[in-house]
Amino acid sequence: MSLSMVVIVAGMTAVTYIPRMLPFIMFKEKELPVFWQGILRNVPYAALGALIFPGILIIYENSWFGLAGAAAAFLIAFTGVNIIFTVLGSIGILTILSLL
Amino acid sequence: MEGSVWKRIKFQDGLYNGIGIANGYIPAALTFGLLAKSASLSLMETMSLSIFVYAGASQYMALNLIVIGTGTFEIVLTTFILNLRHFLMSAALNEKAEAEDEAVWKKAMYAFGITDEVFSVAAMRGGSINAAYMTGLILISYISWVISSGVGYIAGNVLPQVVQESMGFALYAMFIGLLVPLLKTSTKAVLLASTAALLNGILNYFHTLSSGWAIIASTLMAAVSIEAADQMRQKGRRV
Repeated sequence: MSLSMVVIVAGMTAVTYIPRMLPFIMFKEKELPVFWQGILRNVPYAALGALIFPGILIIYENSWFGLAGAAAAFLIAFTGVNIIFTVLGSIGILTILSLL
Repeated sequence: MEGSVWKRIKFQDGLYNGIGIANGYIPAALTFGLLAKSASLSLMETMSLSIFVYAGASQYMALNLIVIGTGTFEIVLTTFILNLRHFLMSAALNEKAEAEDEAVWKKAMYAFGITDEVFSVAAMRGGSINAAYMTGLILISYISWVISSGVGYIAGNVLPQVVQESMGFALYAMFIGLLVPLLKTSTKAVLLASTAALLNGILNYFHTLSSGWAIIASTLMAAVSIEAADQMRQKGRRV
């Protein structure tokens, strides 16, 4: 395991554990203002949007290939199946497209 | 239940309530293992992430940032921002914890395992929670997550070459698979995801920031501006 990977794992462990643990040792009564609660709740949705776009356009030399995969993943996910089928199904479709 | 006093919940109740989470983690962690393999991580690196970090969304995100060559500090900072929401969850569970007979160190121990799913199950339970219950709930979920990550990684070795070449797309499929069910639940979710995506597109187009910082900046800008707009709208309605 490379040194930078050790640092990544250690750093991620600390910044994941600390927010989970702090309220138990510091809170008696006080609560976060509603506005801040709202922002924290918003973060996962916004992060997913930023993680998908525009990255999806640059994974392949041909941007349409990434977009086709995204469309396939979107349609499969929309049916409500388990996430592993979304992943495997869209990879399957891209594999077929790459063979054409 | 005797009178108005809730029955004290036990370790076994936690294990039992955790079965649903453990089942749900199997495909998610298998996918993580597969993705880690496709991102050229070693088995030990993959297992370390699942054993020590134990946070699904952050682990997927870290793989993505490692693949695009983001710096260590940006990866840790993105994880921090993504996991700040757990602060709220722990604060809510702290309110439900049995006050008198629970040592703080016990709470600090089980805090390690408070994922989105563990929080939902514990928070939905009527009455208070205690360390024994939380330990059971977390233990079964954690074991499922760690073992399935390893199995997924090993399964990645045996996939045919042509499929492995398409695996680069797997992370994006994963993010889309996580996002779509959320989009179905509220317009606010749609607005948040599309605003952050648009901002990130603009930042990348002008090469203003490195890709890691662009993700952090666009996420925060979208989360803050849409919350502000939402609260103003609600205030307007109340008048």
